[in-house]
Order: sequence, then C-alpha cells, then structure tokens
Amino acid sequence: MVAVWKRELQAYFFTPIGYVFMGVFLLVGGYYFAFGNVNRLSSDLGTLFGNLTSLFMLLVPILTMRVLSEERKNKTDQLLLTSPVSVGSMVVGKFLASCSVLLITLIPTLFYVIVIAVYGTPYWGEIFTNYLGFFLMGCCYIAIGVLMSSLSENQVSAAVLTFAVNLFLQILEYMGPSLSIPYMSWLPSVFSWLSLYTRYYDFSAGMLSLANVLYFLSFMAVVLFLTVRVIDKRRWSEG
Amino acid sequence: MIEIQNISKRYGNKYAVKNATFTIQKGEILGFLGRNGAGKSTTMNIVTGYISASEGRVLLDGHDILEEPREVKRRIGYLPEMPPLYMDMTVEEYLRFVCAIKDVSKKNVRSHLDDICELVSIQDMRKRLIKNLSKGYKQRVGMAQALVGNPEVVIMDEPTVGLDPKQIIEIRKLIKQLGEDHTVVLSSHILHEVADVCERVVIINKGEIVAQDTLDHLTHGISETFRMMIRVAGPAREVQGAIRQLDGTRYIEPMGTKEPDTVDFLVESDRNIDIRKPMFNAMAKLGYPLLMVRPLDVELEDIFLQLTSDKEEA
Repeated sequence: MVAVWKRELQAYFFTPIGYVFMGVFLLVGGYYFAFGNVNRLSSDLGTLFGNLTSLFMLLVPILTMRVLSEERKNKTDQLLLTSPVSVGSMVVGKFLASCSVLLITLIPTLFYVIVIAVYGTPYWGEIFTNYLGFFLMGCCYIAIGVLMSSLSENQVSAAVLTFAVNLFLQILEYMGPSLSIPYMSWLPSVFSWLSLYTRYYDFSAGMLSLANVLYFLSFMAVVLFLTVRVIDKRRWSEG
Repeated sequence: MIEIQNISKRYGNKYAVKNATFTIQKGEILGFLGRNGAGKSTTMNIVTGYISASEGRVLLDGHDILEEPREVKRRIGYLPEMPPLYMDMTVEEYLRFVCAIKDVSKKNVRSHLDDICELVSIQDMRKRLIKNLSKGYKQRVGMAQALVGNPEVVIMDEPTVGLDPKQIIEIRKLIKQLGEDHTVVLSSHILHEVADVCERVVIINKGEIVAQDTLDHLTHGISETFRMMIRVAGPAREVQGAIRQLDGTRYIEPMGTKEPDTVDFLVESDRNIDIRKPMFNAMAKLGYPLLMVRPLDVELEDIFLQLTSDKEEA
C-alpha cells in the first residue's frame, strides 16, 4: 500500500496534474482571501472555506480522473493485479495519494491564518474545525472520484461523472425541503442526513462532533469498498 | 509445478478458453502456441491471476491462485503482451516500485536490481525515462519487471512482437538463459520461435487445447516428408527427370523462374533420407549448377490443419 501511495504521489508531481491542481486552487483561493477577508477586514475563515469547497468540488476530477482509468487503459493494472498486492491496498494507496495532494495544497493556505493572526483576532478552535471539515469533505469527494475512475477507461467520462455525483451530494441538502412526495415525508430528512454539506456546515460553524467525523470516515470507507468491488467484479466478468 | 485444470472463460455465450487442461513442469521452457485470438492471452491472464476463470482451477504446487493469491503471485513473474510500464518514471524508479510491491526486502533491492539489469542488459538505461526508450528496451524493462522478486515461474506473452530481427534474436537468447534457472512459459504465434526456444509445446486453437507434446513429436507426426525449395540453372524437364530418379525423392514440381536462366522446384523427400548430397552430385554431373537449397519449415498452419482435421476424422 505504501509503495502504491508513494508511486501515485510521485506521479502527481512528475506530470503537470499536481501543479495545475495546486496552482489553480491556490490562485483562486488567494483571490477569495484577498477580497473576502483582506479587503473586508474580516477574520472569518468559514466563508472562505465555504467558497473553497465549491472550488475544490470543481477541481477534484482533475485529481482523480486518471488514478484507475489510466492504469486500465495502459494495462499497467496487469502489474498491480498480478503482484502480491491486494486490490484493497491498491485502491486505498491511490486514494491516500490524492488525499495527500489535497493536504499538501492546504499547507500554503496556512499563510492566510498567519495573516489573520497578525492583523486580527483568530478563533483557533474554529480555524481548526474548518480545516478538518474541509479536509474530510475533500477526501469524500476524492473517494467518489476514485470510484468513478474505476468505472471507465475513459478519463473524461470519469471526470464528468465525478463532478455530477459530487454536485448531487452537495445539493442533496437543498433538494430535501423542496421535495414533497406524498407518503414519503421522511425523504427530506434522509437527504439532509446523507448530504455531505449538512455535515460540513457544523465544522464550518466551529462545531466538532464525533458523529460527523465518523460519517465522513464511513462515507469514504463505503465508497472505497465499492471501488474494490467494481475492480473485482470486472476480473470475474463474463460480459 | 503449475496445474491448469479444466479452465474455461466465457464472454457472453462465447468461450474465449474452453476446458483447457495442461501442466507446466518445473524447470522447463514451455511454448504456448496459437494463432492470434486463439485464447493465449486469456489463458495467461488466468494463470497469473489477472482475471479469474469462469470454471476450473489453477494450482501452483497445490496452492489455488484464488484462495492463496499472495502466495501464488509472489512465485510468478508476468510479462503481459503490452509491458506494464509507467511512462513517467525512470527505469530505476520503476523497478524500485516493482520491488516494493513484490515484497523484495529493502536491503536486497540494490543488489537484486543490479543483477537483473545486468541480465537483461539495461544497466546504461537506468536513469532514463521509460517513455524515451526504444521498443526493444521497453521490452527488456518489462522483462526485468517480471524477474523482480526472483519468481520460480516466468510467464511471457508474445515477448518478441513488434521488435526488429536483431532484438528478436537477443530476446530469444535471453529467454533461453532464463530457462536455465527458471520455469518459463512463452506464448507465441510464431512456430519457429517456439521451436528455437522451447522444449515442449501446448497448442491452443479457438480456445481449446489441441495438443501438448514435444515439438519433435508434433512436427514428426505431421509430415513424413522433408520439403525444400531448390534453384537450378538448367532446363526444367531434364532437371526434374534427374531428381525424380534419386532414391528418396517423393515429389518434385517446377515453381517457375525467379532469376533469368534458372528454374525453381519444390522437392519433397523422405524424412529419413537426405537427398541433398545425391541431388548436388546429379546436377554437377549434368553440368547444371545447383544455386540454392532452402529447407521449408513446417508451418504452424500445417500443424493446425493436421491437428484440427485429425480431430474431425476421429
């Protein structure tokens, strides 16, 4: 698993993908910070991270679209699947590599925190929960991306699917109340319970709840498990 | 050493491989022969655990590949038809990655890679990006990859496809060398390649194993005659008459003129009588120089035709 993680992380920075992702994210993130925080003399990181989640959702397909589809297209999966590495550790290794890129990208944003600490009053607890929530939700988006990448040899369709599913998960919360289906009045609350954004909202407001952390972690676990099943199923397929 | 028991792979209601049973013996170089699309790659992919069979089992020294994948996969090195290379890595980085996923212990990596690179002669290429290597070198890196972890069995799927003649000869030499201390399976659609390298062959046609034997036995059974192409500078009728009278000639047919003032003939003789010397002497006596004698190999097609038609008769 460590070997797969390492090789995948290298691949991000041996190819332009890692730089493109980090560059765009930090450029737009810097814009949000400059106009939302510096110009308005605001120390509120919640709004900034709220904007960043949408940005990250747009960018996550760049990060994940190739992880499994490219292996299949170039038949390098033959090496991984015929060597003594389990499918599970291959998938988790790749997932963790993408998460690491996200983590590395977050490091320069600490500069924003420093600026706020120097010129304003930082609320350390809130900053911490914002970072944690953003990272956990980001990892959930990445997990979806990894799953979508396992479905197709084609990177573009993996990217489009990733975006569509992540968008759907994002808007579940808003969809809930607007749905009024007879005999299914429980549906909005289920949607809202499932929605990643509802969970994230608590973090952004500075609340740290174990239930939310566990929800994000189990969300990733389920999605990655499905990815393993997709790959295994293909090896057994008779279609 | 490896037992392939009744494996089948279905795609829809078509069989890519049907009821294939054969064994790979320890220490041998086994040729796996079949036309394109006969099911060679599918079988190789099943034996190495890349895909699973619809039915049947693959056992390596009694270990089932589906039940103990780690144990079995550690002992098999696989070079697929398309070498599984990461183009964005250097040879060194790539092979180190392969070492890591194949559980080569860290302290042995350096000496292990030195040995392998020496063997497949890519020492000078280790710092280069894989995407910048020629096809022949990529193939060698693919081979190096299959040798990492010192597997007992090395399986190679069409390792010479797309290489130039010089590279082909080098790769074959390498395969023979590997055969000295590994069990090697070589899949190919080229008969003389298998004949050159392998001791025993398994022939697959339309997904079914049609024969497994030593190549000598197979080709011997096929043709009791020895065929050759000859070119003589002389009149067709006289030459034909003289050769027909030689002891051992079974058949002679003029094949037309390819070079001015000469005639080409297809000659078939008894397999156990070498008529080349008497033929030379006869032509010399008549004063018609014998310009060429070219033995015609038994073609894969011939073996197939024979094997499939045999089956129909039976």
